[in-house]
Amino acid sequence: MRAFLEVGIVLYTLVSVLGSFVKTVEHGFPHQPSALGYSPSLKLLAIGTRSGAIKLYGSPGVEFMGLHDENAAVTQVHFMPHQVELVTLLDDNSLHMWTLRGHNGLSELLEIGRFTLTGPPGVTAVLAHSSGELLLLGTEGGHVFVVEVPGFRELEERNISLDQVSSRNLEHVEALQENPVDPDQVIIGYGRGLMVIWDLEKKLAIQHIPATQQLESVCWTEDGKYILSSHSDGSYCRWMVGGQDMNEEEKSDIPYGHFPCKAISKIVQLPTEEGPPFLLFSGGMPRASYGDRHCITVIHGKTHVALDFTSRIIDFFVIRDGPQRTDPSALVVLVEEELVVIDLQTEGWPIIQTPYLVPLHSSAITCSHHVSTIPLKLWERILAAGKHQNAHYSKKPWPITGGQNLAPDPPQRDLLLTGHEDGTVRFWDASGVCLYPMYKLSTAGVFHTDADPNDNMNQGTEGEWPPFRKVGCFDPYSDDPRLGIQKIHLCKYSGYLTVAGTAGQILMLELNDEAAEQTVEAKVVDLLQGQEGFRWKGHTQLDIQEDPVMFPAGFQPFAVVQCQPPAVVTALTLHSEWKLIAFGTSHGFGLYDYQQKNSVLIKCTLNPSDQLAMEGPLSRVKSIKKSLRQSFRRIRRSRVSLRKQHLQEANARLEAELAEMELAPVQRKIEARSSDDSFTGLVRTLYFADTFLSDSSHNTPSLWAGTNGGCVFAYMLRLPSVEHRADEPVTAQLSKEIQLMHRAPVVGIVVLDGHGAPLPEPLEVAHDLARAPDMQGSHHLLVVSEEQFKVFTLPKVSAKMKLKLTAVDGSRVRRVGMAWFGSSRTEDYGESGLLVLTNQGDVHVVSLPHVKMQVQYPCIRREDVSGIASCVFTKHGQGFYLISPSEFERFSLSTRCVVEPRCLVEAPLHSGCSNQHQSQPDGASSTHRYINLEVSLMSRLSWIRTPN
Amino acid sequence: MNKNHRVPSSRSLNAVEVKSKFGAEFRRFSLDRSKPGRFDEFYGLLQHVHRIPNVELLVGYADVHGDLLPINNDDNYHKAISTANPLLRLFLQRKEEADHGTFGTDSLTRKKNTVLSAVLLRPDHNKKKPPVIISLPKDFRPVSSIIDVDILPETHRRVRLYKHGQEKPLGFYIRDGSSVRVTPQGLEKVPGIFISRLVPGGLAESTGLLAVNDEVLEVNGIEVGGKSLDQVTDMMIANSHNLIITVKPANQRNNIVRSGVGGGGGAASGSSGRSSDSSASYYGYSSHSAAASIPPHIIQNFPVGELESDEDEEDLVIEAGGEAEPIRHMASNHSMSSLPRYEPHLNLRTATTSTFSINTNGTLPTSGSSSSLSNIKATTPSPDRAMERGSLEEDGTVITL
Repeated sequence: MRAFLEVGIVLYTLVSVLGSFVKTVEHGFPHQPSALGYSPSLKLLAIGTRSGAIKLYGSPGVEFMGLHDENAAVTQVHFMPHQVELVTLLDDNSLHMWTLRGHNGLSELLEIGRFTLTGPPGVTAVLAHSSGELLLLGTEGGHVFVVEVPGFRELEERNISLDQVSSRNLEHVEALQENPVDPDQVIIGYGRGLMVIWDLEKKLAIQHIPATQQLESVCWTEDGKYILSSHSDGSYCRWMVGGQDMNEEEKSDIPYGHFPCKAISKIVQLPTEEGPPFLLFSGGMPRASYGDRHCITVIHGKTHVALDFTSRIIDFFVIRDGPQRTDPSALVVLVEEELVVIDLQTEGWPIIQTPYLVPLHSSAITCSHHVSTIPLKLWERILAAGKHQNAHYSKKPWPITGGQNLAPDPPQRDLLLTGHEDGTVRFWDASGVCLYPMYKLSTAGVFHTDADPNDNMNQGTEGEWPPFRKVGCFDPYSDDPRLGIQKIHLCKYSGYLTVAGTAGQILMLELNDEAAEQTVEAKVVDLLQGQEGFRWKGHTQLDIQEDPVMFPAGFQPFAVVQCQPPAVVTALTLHSEWKLIAFGTSHGFGLYDYQQKNSVLIKCTLNPSDQLAMEGPLSRVKSIKKSLRQSFRRIRRSRVSLRKQHLQEANARLEAELAEMELAPVQRKIEARSSDDSFTGLVRTLYFADTFLSDSSHNTPSLWAGTNGGCVFAYMLRLPSVEHRADEPVTAQLSKEIQLMHRAPVVGIVVLDGHGAPLPEPLEVAHDLARAPDMQGSHHLLVVSEEQFKVFTLPKVSAKMKLKLTAVDGSRVRRVGMAWFGSSRTEDYGESGLLVLTNQGDVHVVSLPHVKMQVQYPCIRREDVSGIASCVFTKHGQGFYLISPSEFERFSLSTRCVVEPRCLVEAPLHSGCSNQHQSQPDGASSTHRYINLEVSLMSRLSWIRTPN
Repeated sequence: MNKNHRVPSSRSLNAVEVKSKFGAEFRRFSLDRSKPGRFDEFYGLLQHVHRIPNVELLVGYADVHGDLLPINNDDNYHKAISTANPLLRLFLQRKEEADHGTFGTDSLTRKKNTVLSAVLLRPDHNKKKPPVIISLPKDFRPVSSIIDVDILPETHRRVRLYKHGQEKPLGFYIRDGSSVRVTPQGLEKVPGIFISRLVPGGLAESTGLLAVNDEVLEVNGIEVGGKSLDQVTDMMIANSHNLIITVKPANQRNNIVRSGVGGGGGAASGSSGRSSDSSASYYGYSSHSAAASIPPHIIQNFPVGELESDEDEEDLVIEAGGEAEPIRHMASNHSMSSLPRYEPHLNLRTATTSTFSINTNGTLPTSGSSSSLSNIKATTPSPDRAMERGSLEEDGTVITL
């Protein structure tokens, strides 16, 4: 028992193992993209967003991000031809110049200048001239300003004012294009339809092209001989360049004509080395029948496809390669919710899978789970399963290849699992900067749902016009919300996976490398245990497919538990060594033996006076609906009755009512928690531990459960010996029940071994990946509630230490995770710590086993409730949270594990002016976003323990 | 024990003078000391002399120490007669009206101050029907108090609400608002937290110490400035078992005037009249960090341990057989070892607990060789953390409720 030094001989040591808090990289697809740009020379893609962010992507791992100081949407992004600069236009009418500057062998994105045109007219069109020295800015008033870059000096004598072109009012400048063969010639397209070819050197108009329809876009063909214009009536025209008064359009067409069509917002024609050119345009659909489609039409020879996207098209461009760099090889389309790249050189124009910018939210994310250091075997099997699913993707490599990724290879293989509303679980490679999709598991096949299984993406019937083809994977519509995944637990050693969903379903899955037909065995578990007076008004449970179902290679379900009532599963844990899973809902929890496929224990935690938990979630929704309906009715009634009389008076009164509602102060009730509060029985956390539950000499398997009402149940488990595991029953016996007096919800339970380290995961020791827990010293129980951290002795549960959080600073624990903090200097030294995210959005590190607060960093805005709720910690001091429905922010608290982009972009060879900005004073530049809070000296007192 | 026993001086006298009081009436008579007779005879005599033949009585007498002791059997009757000195003073009460509420448990601790007029009864251990009238703790549990009058500015009031063990809800609401502060730059509007509503019949209302529109300045010693309404709500709920809120009352007319001028009607808990140095500088300390640095007189008046007194926050552990046991507190991170506040409450417990209550008074059990003690000592990172109580847990018996 004497595991520690005598009192008095105590050594202090200063440890600074936890160095800093860094937000490292954003994974996923930018929220609300608003502009797209591409540099063929750098092979870099740029995306601007409505929140003023600008993101650059090259080859996988090459990522840059900048944020404009103005909180304004980016409306246009233009790379300066053959340079490392780019120009952004914001909707507050300001222009910004960014550059990729080399620094310590790495590139960083810096803003190096800004410019706002004097006078009111807004900029509507930007042309980055191929000389790299000029910007042409078309404005709302119809004038074109010429600006010298990078200094943003306005060249007044070169401006093209409207009266030099025409005496008529031509409205705003809609388009500006340079002649691909003669850089001195530009075409200016005005909103009314007139286009003017202007010679920049001679400062005169060469040709007027009198289109009559509202202009949408202009494209100058590669050889400079033709100009294509697209219009708001869904037509496009081709004009010959050259002849003095050739005012006749050579060709005009409304591709989806007869009936009125929507505008063609952008048109591009590209030649091929041999064969017919490619014609691509967005929009132009018949207004009445397909006006709601988001389409890009690609016409090449006889092939004509209308690519039908699931969200609004922002912009598109075509990547070209081949010996002369002319052949279009890939079409890159930015739509509101994803980036789609289509291989134009392979038959059938398949999609190229994106290595980044993947829409995480193709179905809304409902939960996430992170598993560190995946064994290579399992990793390869998951990859192989994923390959089967990606057969329909193009074999071509990713065409955007700019920059060099200099980041070291990730030290370990990490998996991030996201559960989605449609019942899928997606496996992401989270080891590096790119969150790469590995495998997708669908659980819907186990159940009968309303969804039509033959609802194929490519259902194009012969002869349909327009020839639609569905592309993109963003599909936010869930067939059945009950399928939503709520909890995930993966054992990385055994390959067992358990997932639990909204309708109380818990699936046990096993990794199988072959496709197989399985009959899934279902077990209904009644968590009410005869509790009287209960009426579940929520959704019904899912119906299981009784016939054998064919499951593809990958994770295949072999057992299903269905909780009754079918409330959402709130806690789930898996012990692959004991072959047990524990699950909990708002009514109770259960223990299921997945080897013998029977349930071992059912415990109802419901408080009989808890009406809300009894009725289920839908009744509350109904009541909201009802109250909404009532208030609408009231408003309507009052309006109807007053219409004849004084409508204005009524409106004034309504406004006054509204104002009063806003003025009424928000109040908060101060009341001690009582056992009668709602949802006290909701199970928040479940935990398996092999520890000293009943006496201090024998450790036994145990199950721990914590509820919303601050109650902890501990069960002693009796497992048959290995040889009888299949036939002798597993038993569970209640051993302890702890009611925390402060009654705050229990959010975490951990058992600490004799060294104060958390017990290892199941099978971890068996695989020699963790030190065996110290079974000699006395174990401690750490109970984390929303308000306090409390350490109890075991087996006799008596309070030993505690840390009050809420009573002192008013914040509450939202997320908690155990992490191992390795020192960045010595390989083998490290400590376990508790990572805590509070409802204030702060991350705390709490040392173990003394539960002392070590450091605190602001991480998430406190208003960002969904961000806080989505946070997941890794075992190595990193974390992820959603900054938008489609993006994970990754942060790191550990000095040893930092995953951040490190990349270099070099200026194209034939450009001599890429380095000229390096002399710019740093004051003009600003790095953004990456907050790096260094902790100067962490005066952490740690007690050295020596075995006696 | 410092008072000498006075032996009855006149044993030779045969007659015992008796003065018996029932209500407002006195009867005087005498008894033969050598032949006192039996208790029931004596009881009949009392009913007779007071002319209350059918009234059930509780009989008590004042002993030499001034304690009020009962006479309800032959033994204590004889004892009373034999120690009468020479007057035997009797106090009679109707049984149904008898006041059990103020029942003492330990005459030793009280013997000096016992006021005879207080009607105290002590049941004898061999009484046949012992009235289980050790009054419940709730009978004299405090409900609220004003504390730290001497260290707070006169415009502020620190109120302690004792929620624990009460059925009454705390019963108040808070809201955001703005208050005007005097700063070096002049008057400044700053956001603040205010009491917005008192629930009728709630604890807050019944104390009369809190009112709507009072500004909340601190919760259990932590300033609320800069905290959101939700944070303050959570702090208050987390401290609800022992909530101490410092308010600036909206109505400043009922403030306690310390300088002895008007003698305002408040429950001044502080002992001294210290005033001037105590205004703003000391009052904003935070309890956990400043424990060592606050001036001693503050500790006197408002010990930090009391701020976070934890003993009423004992978690309940139910062992497998359905036995329940309150978790005895050993230590907490922030608080000094906190003394149990409710003695009577502790006395309800069985023997194990009373050992505990003795030990918590700072004395360590001498079993220093207990391994868990050294265990705890070794893991204690800072000496100011009170770990001393931890060692009691080793093999304590399970307490059943």
